[in-house]
Amino acid sequence: MGSIDLKHIARLARLHLSDEELKFLETQVSQILAFVEKLGQVKGLEGVEPTSHPFAVSNVFRDDVPQSSLNIEEVLKHSPQAKGRFFQVPKVIEDKN
Amino acid sequence: MIPTIGLEVHVQLATRTKIFCGCAVEFGAPPNKNVCPVCLGLPGALPVLNREVFGLGLRAVLALGGEVSSVVKFDRKNYFYPDLPKGYQISQFAHPLGVGGSVEIDAGGKPKAVRLNRLHLEEDAGKLLHDQLPDSSVVDLNRAGTPLAEIVTEPDLDSAEEAYQYLTTLKAILRSAGASECDMEKGQLRCDANISVRKNPSDLLGKRVEVKNLNSFKAVRLAILHEITRQSAALEKGEKLVQETRLWDDERQKTFTMRSKEDAHDYRYFPEPDLVPFFVKKEDVEKVRASLPEMPKAKEDRFIKQYGLTTYDAKTLNLEKETADYFESCVRQYAQPKSIANWLTGPVAAYLNANPVSFKELGLREEWLIEMAQLVEGGKISFQAAKEKLFPEVIALKKRPQEVMKEKGLEQVSDDSALGSWIKEAIEANPKVVADYKAGKDTAAMFLVGQVMKKSQGKANPVKVKELMASKLAESN
Amino acid sequence: MDLSRLTISGLAERLRKNESTQKDALEALSKSIRERDTDVRNIRAYVPREAIKPIHRKADRNSPLWGVPIAMKDNICVEGLEVTCASNILKGFVSPYNATVVEKLLDAGAVIYGQTNQDEFAFGSSCETSCYGPTRNPRDPQCVPGGSSGGSAAAVADHTAIAALGSDTGGSIRQPAAFCGVVGIKPTYGRVSRYGLVAFASSLDQIGPITKDVRDAAILLGVIAGHDPKDSTTANVPVPDYTSFLGKSVKGMKVGKPKEYFEAGLTPEVAKSIEESCAALRSLGVEIVDVSLPHTQYSVNVYYIVAPSEASSNLARFDGVRFGHRSKSSATLLDLFEKSRGEGFGAEAKRRIILGTYSLSSGYYDAYYLKAMKVRTKIKQDFDDAFKKVDAILTPTAPSGAFKLGEKTADPLQMYLSDIFTISANLAGVPAISLPCGIVQKNLPVGLQFLGRPFEEEKLFQLAYAFEEATGWHKKLGNVS
Repeated sequence: MGSIDLKHIARLARLHLSDEELKFLETQVSQILAFVEKLGQVKGLEGVEPTSHPFAVSNVFRDDVPQSSLNIEEVLKHSPQAKGRFFQVPKVIEDKN
Repeated sequence: MIPTIGLEVHVQLATRTKIFCGCAVEFGAPPNKNVCPVCLGLPGALPVLNREVFGLGLRAVLALGGEVSSVVKFDRKNYFYPDLPKGYQISQFAHPLGVGGSVEIDAGGKPKAVRLNRLHLEEDAGKLLHDQLPDSSVVDLNRAGTPLAEIVTEPDLDSAEEAYQYLTTLKAILRSAGASECDMEKGQLRCDANISVRKNPSDLLGKRVEVKNLNSFKAVRLAILHEITRQSAALEKGEKLVQETRLWDDERQKTFTMRSKEDAHDYRYFPEPDLVPFFVKKEDVEKVRASLPEMPKAKEDRFIKQYGLTTYDAKTLNLEKETADYFESCVRQYAQPKSIANWLTGPVAAYLNANPVSFKELGLREEWLIEMAQLVEGGKISFQAAKEKLFPEVIALKKRPQEVMKEKGLEQVSDDSALGSWIKEAIEANPKVVADYKAGKDTAAMFLVGQVMKKSQGKANPVKVKELMASKLAESN
Repeated sequence: MDLSRLTISGLAERLRKNESTQKDALEALSKSIRERDTDVRNIRAYVPREAIKPIHRKADRNSPLWGVPIAMKDNICVEGLEVTCASNILKGFVSPYNATVVEKLLDAGAVIYGQTNQDEFAFGSSCETSCYGPTRNPRDPQCVPGGSSGGSAAAVADHTAIAALGSDTGGSIRQPAAFCGVVGIKPTYGRVSRYGLVAFASSLDQIGPITKDVRDAAILLGVIAGHDPKDSTTANVPVPDYTSFLGKSVKGMKVGKPKEYFEAGLTPEVAKSIEESCAALRSLGVEIVDVSLPHTQYSVNVYYIVAPSEASSNLARFDGVRFGHRSKSSATLLDLFEKSRGEGFGAEAKRRIILGTYSLSSGYYDAYYLKAMKVRTKIKQDFDDAFKKVDAILTPTAPSGAFKLGEKTADPLQMYLSDIFTISANLAGVPAISLPCGIVQKNLPVGLQFLGRPFEEEKLFQLAYAFEEATGWHKKLGNVS
């Protein structure tokens, strides 16, 4: 494994990391990855189905019947910033060039 | 320059509730009215698939001639955006609901099959609005979790016109199948176009440009034309094109680079652990297939064969399921398919083109249309007068054509003496034309008939006038 | 009589017979918490809240948990209560809905009383990554209580709770139960609804009871288990009356001892406790047989791909838009996301988000995530094979007794390895129970783990109860008097 582009990964994860954290994580994440890469030793994985669910529960549906929604006070109660009936975020500008 | 075009169409499946929760799907509701812990992405909430979404998705796959996958799974598509509450969209990546299929379009008079790559189910995002507040954008999550089917074509389209044909046909099929209303004004059908151009057929495909924000069929057509021109010009000048996402600006009628999601292309798809796999049995697929109504193309072919309609009439009638059904219902009551078809593809279609109403909103009762056809057939009114004068009045007054005709004095004049005096006047007023006729110029008689029609303000029975005119001209020999 | 020292079964009986009132019970706990948790010994099993607000509803007097207070791990949503997962990013979030387990508890007459400390978002094995500071082990306050459900285990061991719920993604119920000398069970994946459990790794998480004895675990699981239409991954398998299996003979049962669990990393004292436990089981007529779980050695490796991957996605909803912490310097959208998350998440959460994002990112998915999921299949197959031969499998719950506070915080890998014996049950989805089976270093409990076939929790209770009765560790440790 080469060195990982931690800044790129942090950007994908929308996670601000201080320089100190970056340094710290670089070592630790490399160590952890070196450890998990022992999986390379496992033989006979050709044709093995990956397991994403432990058990074969399947075809679970709900009926198309309306349920009550939350009232607007409840919806916006935890919003760090709300206006009227909306959640508020910094202005998103689409560049038109 | 050779354009290559593929379309990704998102259609809203016609359910009452959202794809993974019981919130109502409602267009135009007050902001953030139809939201709950699940579609708000509150901690701890879990999705459960709406049965109807799966069923309507199956109908869509089969109506489009696709193959339903035996194992259907959901995946998470991870990216951050304020309108995406969970920070991922539940979609399908590795095991979509359906693969393959095709849509037959009319490519310059020739049939052409546009191949489909896949149809998958996913949840819609909410809306991020920029015009509500001066310094902020705001989020409305009513739309978050609305069920969508994404239908992806192969790059089989060669022109803007073909793209337009594809969309019209696709819409007719999905509406017939009952999978989606496809009402573009309500955002129920949205389209992204992938466009590239190359100089020679032997060249590799050019850099693909994805154009988003195409909110009408017209926008699709214009945006594709614009992109083909823009890319061709760049190629001619030897400029390099880049693979990018562009937005269509409806006001300025051009595309522009979209920068806000530039770095978001690593979606880190992985299997959605909160949902289970769905196994589809062959017999269930067959049940759905059997329950599908006749699709527009099949109906079109049948109309031609069964009713002797022209290809044009059959196609036009089948653009909307309502029109096709209306046609057949009328024909059952009045066995004159050509005459009914003429009415629908002529005056009715023209009226709908000129006025912002749907066929349903027009409120034209079947018995009225039949009555108008009968009036024309029975020589009570000329088709011309019925189309231009009677029909608009029937629509406006919402009354029986028979009554309207009488009230407005539109009845056709077939009575010999009235016609005779008009004919006499016409012959007397145009001696030169009469002379021409006698000299062997048959078309001269047509001019005289036209003169009679004019004098009668369109009310004279043209067939009768022709007959009488011929005998009068013969008499005066 | 100090009601806080009672078990569920003991307290429920007194309440039903009108020998005590619900008020008495809550007051006894309140006093116990005040004296033991916060003031004198500073165990800090509970997350600091202004006052504990009891939540209950009208229920039939004969309901199994009528009037019994149950503590909730701080990642289980209770309507009207602040739920934070011990993370700064969620501070102040008051849940507008109940988790399904909470609904079931309330319907069964229970009183939700107190929320317990945990590792932030359940990321940890020591309860040291909590934004509220660590919980201490009541058996030895210099030691950690284990994690991530350390608060639940410590409260039960310290008699500041009658019983508690925890959640287990890689051992988070069983390892703290072992470290604190109480009983904890991770049910079969799909046995208990996850609706309302703030997700860590969705394909591994299960809620389960932490109790003073095996009977209480059987009672509590019986209440919270079952199919839930709100959680697609719950199984439609009937829930037996678990208590009816308590006291049944275990004679002739076959229990497998996987050799791989005894090869490395185990302290000699723990090994000795397990040997003694095997002897005790044999004397009950249990046949102990050798089994092999060859891929179990890769469990931790697989886990640290699967769990962080799922976690990185599950934690994406904490973006500062609709709830939770928003950075004051959120001038742009990117700042809003990056700074809010950077400020709100603690070090371990960041580590896992980075690990998971990396494992899923373009170019690495096949090498990491896909491979891990395939090895997961192998691990599961090992269990399937073993359970063809035996009714249950026995292992130590943890390689050692509780370690000291701060001992492993600097070395995440060492911390991760403390879950080496518990993780495979989550990967395979099988149920596993931990109960006390000895004491090392004078006062540190050792946990014995039984793993069972999917949806056969009753067999685990049957075995565990017989063992508990025969060895009496629940009494020796003072869990029951």
